[in-house]
Order: sequence, then structure tokens, then C-alpha cells
Amino acid sequence: MSSVTGVSLADETPGPHGSAPLSGDGAGTGRLGDRLFGGAAKGAGLLVIALVTLVGVFLLWQAIPALARNDANFLTSREWSVDGAHPRFGIVELLWTTVTVSAIAMLIAVPVGVAVALFITQYAPAWLSRPAASLIDLLAAVPSIVYGIWGLRTFGPVFEPVQGFLQHTLGWIPLFTGAGISGGSTILFVGIVLAIMVLPIVTALSREVFAQTPVTHKEGALALGATRWEMIRTAVLPFGKPGIISASMLGLGRALGETIAVTIILSTLPDGAKWTWSLLNGGETFASRIANNAAEFDTPQKAGAFIAAGLVLFVLTFVVNAIARVVIERRKAFSE
Amino acid sequence: MAKRIDVSDLNVYYGGFKAVEGVTMTVEPRSVTAFIGPSGCGKSTFLRTLNRMHEVTPGGRVEGKVMLDDQDLYASSVDPVAVRRTVGMVFQRPNPFPTMSIYDNVAAGLRLNGVKGRKKLDEVVEKSLQGANLWKEVKDRLGKPGAGLSGGQQQRLCIARAIAVEPQVLLMDEPCSALDPISTLAIEDLIGELKSKYTIVIVTHNMQQAARVSDRTAFFNLAATGKPGKLVEIDDTQRIFNNPSVKATEDYISGRFG
Ligand SMILES: Nc1ncnc2c1ncn2[C@@H]1O[C@H](COP(=O)(O)OP(=O)(O)OP(=O)(O)O)[C@@H](O)[C@H]1O
Ligand SMILES: [Mg+2]
Repeated sequence: MSSVTGVSLADETPGPHGSAPLSGDGAGTGRLGDRLFGGAAKGAGLLVIALVTLVGVFLLWQAIPALARNDANFLTSREWSVDGAHPRFGIVELLWTTVTVSAIAMLIAVPVGVAVALFITQYAPAWLSRPAASLIDLLAAVPSIVYGIWGLRTFGPVFEPVQGFLQHTLGWIPLFTGAGISGGSTILFVGIVLAIMVLPIVTALSREVFAQTPVTHKEGALALGATRWEMIRTAVLPFGKPGIISASMLGLGRALGETIAVTIILSTLPDGAKWTWSLLNGGETFASRIANNAAEFDTPQKAGAFIAAGLVLFVLTFVVNAIARVVIERRKAFSE
Repeated sequence: MAKRIDVSDLNVYYGGFKAVEGVTMTVEPRSVTAFIGPSGCGKSTFLRTLNRMHEVTPGGRVEGKVMLDDQDLYASSVDPVAVRRTVGMVFQRPNPFPTMSIYDNVAAGLRLNGVKGRKKLDEVVEKSLQGANLWKEVKDRLGKPGAGLSGGQQQRLCIARAIAVEPQVLLMDEPCSALDPISTLAIEDLIGELKSKYTIVIVTHNMQQAARVSDRTAFFNLAATGKPGKLVEIDDTQRIFNNPSVKATEDYISGRFG
């Protein structure tokens, strides 16, 4: 879409026969309004950037003293003892758990969310699509604690046999070796619960963009003899792609940072537990470790160690969003 | 390849609203038929029933019969998707697929038909773009987005896209109304060339255009807003413009119209 700046040429156009150029008569709010609105928009943008920078600086400020005293490698160590004069802590386990849990959630939530959004906007009759859409918007508003308790109490026991089955049949793959965690409190299960939490976000946003697909694009495809599904592939999905990416990023942000549901469901591992690649193991994400230990941020050093972990989460989210932006920008020439 | 269209006693509805009433006409193969008439008289609505695009509009339905040679378009065994592969359409606003390159736009219909071979695709893309008089202008930038072309080029791209699947009939709904006079002439020339192979129906508000490009002209009118549009007469273009048999036609063409 071409950008319309709203600047009018008339202001500088010379009049006929060399008479004085037309000049604004100062009536109306045109120019002033432009300037006010432009200023406000710019200010808001700068404010957001300033806030993000400030958060980053604050986290760094708090984290640096603890990091300086850390005797272990912060990025590769599995230890986590933050007391005393020689603390040893590293984030590799937290990173693994956070990333796998979120990856599982996205692998499930994005395809299902997009499919549901397509169903609502392209297939469902009008009497069904509206209530279905509101229902999903409502699901997005359910607090995480509810998902946590429901996952632990109701869904976990139901899921346990599935987990046993996976372990039994696919146990030879490192991802599915048994780790003795019972009651569905595993990485895999938390990933699935997170998928359910993220699903309404992905669905609601994808639905918005799919519904905006210009009729002319859809009719262009249909007039070529596209079936409904082919029309969706040639017109709706390409148009909605940036929207799907943004929706996924918002969902991923929620999955990466989700605290309470993960804390409730996921089994923590005892100190010195053996490292496994198994998704049927317990563990802690960045957020859940911070929540599990929130009671003991009594010294700046302890707090600093946890904040350093939080900083990694911050950077992770930032990187993921940056990648998404690059993907969207690269296709820009094709999305006029 | 071109086919004759026989319409008998066709009514078109949007939900409860009857938009077009009692159209009976024959569209001859290998010729250009123009639809003219005041805004809102149902030209687009009727045109879209000829490839069942009206079914895309919620509530859109027809009564009556449309025959394509000896095939009943509305027979229950007929798939609307198959109809649209036989009867192509070009729209008022150029609508190339914005996320696709020029090449992919032209190839889109073929790919829908399952054509995959690069050689075959290259061949048809070149032939179609040449058929649409666009090849020379775009042959060096086939990989660039179709939306980056000028409006007139985009419209010719859409025509190339439509003829790439070798339809029997080509429907055009005011294909030049968003274009400048030069692009309009380019497309009119193109229509003149295409009619040796296709049956062409074109809706236009431009009387000179109808007179220039068409062999036969159909005049539609409506009694009053809210009333259904009707076919007033269809005849050789010469006759419609010089000596029509209905007074309303003459009034409309000469601009003496309420
Ligand atoms: N999607 C729709 N839903 C309901 N009514 C419609 C729809 N599209 C068109 N109509 C109505 O059907 C009638 C015929 O419209 P149509 O667009 O076919 O006219 P037209 O002859 O093509 O006009 P124009 O020359 O302005 O393009 C009009 O009364 C219009 O309001
Ligand atoms: Mg129209």
C-alpha cells in the first residue's frame, strides 16, 4: 500500500501570472494537527524504546556484581548455588527447558491456531463463526493459574498413560527415555498445556488478518478455478503470513515467559540430577526457577544471579522478535 | 475451442432481493459481446452468473438455465470449480496476486491444474504474456512482484493469467475503467486479437469502447432503483448504435437518459 502523508502541495504552489504563491491562511487545524499528532506518535515511539532500554540497563546493573563473582561459567554450567563468597551458577538447564517447552507449545499451537482461524473465517457458516470467535477470545482471557491447576489436577492424570506409551514405544530415542517423573509433570506435558494457553492468542490474531484478505484477491483465485483450499493457499495464507508470524511471536512471548502454570505443573529436579535430553523429565524454566525461589532474594548477590537469568530470557525474546521482523521485512516487496 | 453461451429466462437474487430478471440471450463464439447499461442494472451480477462466481457472494443464487454449448452450467453434477476453469474472468480493478512474482501470477492457474514441469510452465508463461502483449515489457523481470507494474500492465498481467489456462470463454467486467487511454487502447487491441480464439463478453460504461471492440451489444436497464434489472435488447453492435429497435436504447446511447 502506498503511503499517504497528507501533506498538501497547494501551500507552495505559485499562483498564475506570477502572483504571490498561495499561502496557508492559518484557518483549520491542518498543519498544526499534523504536527501535534506527528509529535505525539514520535514521542510514544521514543518512550517505548526508552522503557525497553531502561529495563535492560536495570537488569544488567543488578546482574553484573553477581556475575563478576560467579566461579562457574554462566552460559554452560548446570550448577545453581548462589550463596556465599564463591557462588557457582549457570543457565544451560534453564535455557534447555525454557526453549523445549516453548518449542513444543509453538509446534502445536501455530498449526492448530491457524487451522481454527481458517475454519472460522473461510469455512464456518456465519451463525457459527461469530460465537466460535467470541468463545476463543474468551479463552484468551482465562488466567494462567486456572490453566495450571486444571493441567495438574484434571488433564495431567489423563495424559499420564500417553506418556507411558511414548516412553514404552519410543524410549530408544533420547527425547523419550523415561526419567521417572509421574503425574504428567514433565516438559512434554507443560509444553502441551502452554500450547493450549497460547492457542487462543494465535487463533484470535490470525483470524483478524484472515478476515481482512481483500475480496479481489480471493475472487482472483476462485475465478482461475481454485477450490476453496487452493484459494486459501494462493490468496488468504500469503496475505496473512505477516499476521501469522506476529501472532506466533506474541504467543511465543507468552510461552517463554509463562510463570505460574509452569511452576505449578513442572516437577523440579533435585540438585545433581543426571542430565538427560528427555522430554519426559522435569526441570525448571527461567521464569519458574525465579518464581520457585522468590522467597530468598534477600541479598543483592542472590537477587543478581536470578536477575541475570531473567536477562537471558529478555535477550531470548528480543532475538526471536528480531528474527520475525527480518522475515517479514524480507517479503515486503511482495506484499504491497 | 470457443463456445456458445445460451441463457434462458435467468433470474438472479441476492438473498431476497431480485437483482436481474428474465434474461434470455445467446452469446456467439469467437466474437465480442458488450454489455452496456446504467449503473446498478445488474451487468456485473449477470456476468458473474456465467462462470458461477455469483455463488461466492453470500446469498447469491439463480433461477433459469445457462448452457455452454450442450453443457448445462447449473446441472447438479457440474462442479463450479470446473466451470471457472472453462470460463475465465478479468475484473474491474487489476488484481494480480500481490505476494507472487510476475511469472508465478501467470503460472498460478496452471499450477492449480497440476502442471509442474518447468519447461511447460516457461513455455505457457511466455505464450500467455505474449498473448496479452506484455512479454516485451516484462521479460527481463519475471521474478519481480506483479504488484510493481503499472495499472495497465497489471491488467494485462491479469489477462495473461486468465488466458494461460486456455479457457473457452473470457468474461471482462469493465477491464479498462481504472486505466489511462493508452493502456485502454492496448487492451482493446488485445481483445480484438483474442476474439479469434475465445468467446469474449465485456461490460463497459464507455460507449465508444463498446462500438469499437464488440460485434454484438446487449443493453440492460432497470425500471427504478430497487427493481430488478432487465435485458432490453441484444443485437449487432452496428444496429444497436445506429438504429436500435427500442427507444430506451437510443436514449441511453445518445446520452438522453433520465
Ligand atoms: N453483493 C451484493 N449483495 C447485495 N446486493 C448486491 C450485491 N452486489 C450488487 N448488488 C445489487 O444488485 C444490483 C445490480 O448490481 P450490479 O453490480 O450487478 O450492477 P452493475 O450494472 O454492474 O453496475 P455498475 O455499472 O455500477 O458496475 C444493484 O442494485 C446492487 O445494489
Ligand atoms: Mg458492475
